[in-house]
Amino acid sequence: MNALYLTLLLPLTGAVVLAFCGHKRIAGRLNLLFCIATFITSLRLAADVFFHGSILTPQNFFYVDAFNVYLVLLNSFVGMTTAIFSSPYMAHEQSIGKVKAGGMRLYHSMYQGFLFTMLLALLTNNLGILWVAVEGATLATVLLVSLYRTPKSIEAGWKYFLLCGVGIAQALFGTTLIYFAAVQIMPDNNQALMWSVLYEHASELEPTVLLLAFVFLIVGYGTKIGLVPLHNWLPDAHSEGPTPMSAILSGLLLNIALYAVVRFKMLIDPALGSNIAGHIMMAFGLLSFLVAGLLLHRQRDIKRMFSYSSIEHMGLITFAFGIGGPLATFGALLHMIVHSLTKSAIFITVGHAAQVCQTQSIDKIRGLIKTQPEIGWGLLIGTIAIAGLPPFGVFTSEFLLFSATIKSFPWLVISLLFGLSVAFAGLFRHVQPMVFGECPTGQVKVKANMWPVAVHLCIILWLGIAVPDVLAGWIDQATIMITGKGVL
Amino acid sequence: MNFTVLTLAEQIILTLAALMLFTSFLLLAQTRLLTLIHIFALQGALLFATTLVIAFTYGRHHLLISAALTLGLKVFFIPIQMQKLVTRLDIKREVEVVGNPSLIMFGAAALVLFSYYAVLPIRELSMLATRNTIAVSLAIVLLGMLLIISRRKAVVQVVGFMCMENGLMFAAVAATQGMPMVVEMGVALDVLVAAILFGIFFFQIRTEFGTLDVDKLNLLKEVD
Repeated sequence: MNALYLTLLLPLTGAVVLAFCGHKRIAGRLNLLFCIATFITSLRLAADVFFHGSILTPQNFFYVDAFNVYLVLLNSFVGMTTAIFSSPYMAHEQSIGKVKAGGMRLYHSMYQGFLFTMLLALLTNNLGILWVAVEGATLATVLLVSLYRTPKSIEAGWKYFLLCGVGIAQALFGTTLIYFAAVQIMPDNNQALMWSVLYEHASELEPTVLLLAFVFLIVGYGTKIGLVPLHNWLPDAHSEGPTPMSAILSGLLLNIALYAVVRFKMLIDPALGSNIAGHIMMAFGLLSFLVAGLLLHRQRDIKRMFSYSSIEHMGLITFAFGIGGPLATFGALLHMIVHSLTKSAIFITVGHAAQVCQTQSIDKIRGLIKTQPEIGWGLLIGTIAIAGLPPFGVFTSEFLLFSATIKSFPWLVISLLFGLSVAFAGLFRHVQPMVFGECPTGQVKVKANMWPVAVHLCIILWLGIAVPDVLAGWIDQATIMITGKGVL
Repeated sequence: MNFTVLTLAEQIILTLAALMLFTSFLLLAQTRLLTLIHIFALQGALLFATTLVIAFTYGRHHLLISAALTLGLKVFFIPIQMQKLVTRLDIKREVEVVGNPSLIMFGAAALVLFSYYAVLPIRELSMLATRNTIAVSLAIVLLGMLLIISRRKAVVQVVGFMCMENGLMFAAVAATQGMPMVVEMGVALDVLVAAILFGIFFFQIRTEFGTLDVDKLNLLKEVD
């Protein structure tokens, strides 16, 4: 129980402390320290849930079960490894004059603030607070996107702010509708937005209201997931902000929004008695998967390219949750982990590559493997992993997803395979010359800490060869919670 | 069902709902920035009145805090700050060219019809008052979106955004008699922070682009 409160309090304290001393030289280390502490408490929290089952705090305010605790752990882990990368990276950005002292203070404070809002979104049991936290995550990151104060970054920040703000407002309308349905059957208004209470009464809720609510919720949170056609902000925000931000936006924030949608789907399915919510998710997911794969080909900015790859993967996961069987859900949960780890590793490598070549333009990044082999190899292996080649974890989860699709919707496998090969071609077409191409003059080695990348890729490899029993059992528990049946 | 069958409070709420919808139309038609901000403040005041009426008729006293927040934020703080900003950036006289005013009005009317159509199948809404309030709040949200997409000035887009927020608060207050306190506080906090961030962005955009026309924000493209 204490671990739960500490997990939330630590990043919040970090945000306040770093707001005062975020510009000092120790700020990077301090940031890392807070992240490590958060990771330790979330480990403790995960152990509590693992041994004693779900936790519900008094007044039902926080709720931790197998589904959200694994995302909490993933969040604090990626937050920590990205902080390791962030410290020297941001020092370098400051030394070349891209960020000033005030910017560094904002950056470090909001890094912790962002982690706090994401953890709050995951841990809260109150669907209204879930909305507040997801909107808070937007507000925390919006000034970081425009941190470099270039015209492009300001445009990206404005788009991110307005599109996500308008989008997420739809989700609040959906939440209000759910509350409206709940107060009709529940005497205590204060409990009527608690997910655990709603879940018990899910079958009594009025189905027409819920369906209308779900449409608003998928549009609202879907904007945040980056589902096509609501994705326009995502490549801009991910490419113009500082790279550590791109890593956690792509790796973590998208997961949180998807988590919210799945939680609502769990409420709506029993009330409707059909998988209509799932079908909406499948349509959005498949469209995102295919469109993002095609758009990958036409990108000139390396970070933009990988953010389209994020849209593609989030589309696939949304599609899988939409199918809804145990196997598809298990695959989707696993894919959330492997995508987060791989994508943040890639963004870290890309950040270093951009510093080596002093540009983010794909046409100008060449011959990484000669200039600085560890970055070249990191980018190559990361891309192999994200494209879904064996023996990496993405292959395992995509294989599971495909098997599940063949079982329930065999015709859709053709479009999935098409999308996958298009994305594969798009990624390698750009990455191959960047890694092996002719090395231009003027490239300098940078101080790169590749440990986070190595650790992430090793975990992906491990998950690809053999998913450990503990993790499989854990994901299976979450699958049982979502679909009612396990796969193991 | 007849209007006079309703209780006095319900009649007042319906009238206020109609007035709020009307102010949304006024926002869409208004092309002068300063007047636009004043109409937005008026809409906030109507929301404040609705919240007060509901707080007293149904005895939901925690709504008084929510009403105070609305009064402070939507009627005073945000409009006054915007007015200062518009004066400081010296754009208060600027008249905005709207695409095709009558077309936008028709679109807006269609959106209102659509909102009524969307809430029609809900069985529990057989009560005239609730059906109207949900439909009206949905219409206000959609009209806010229309305002955002039909204008070029960043300031007007923010007014549209806040207008959507008004619609959402109206839904929460009028249809469900207020969300739990902690949620209302959280939403108000988000609105406050958003308002401040918008202010910061105005200056950043103005510094880098020399104008607040969002048409100029076209450097980033989907494909090159």
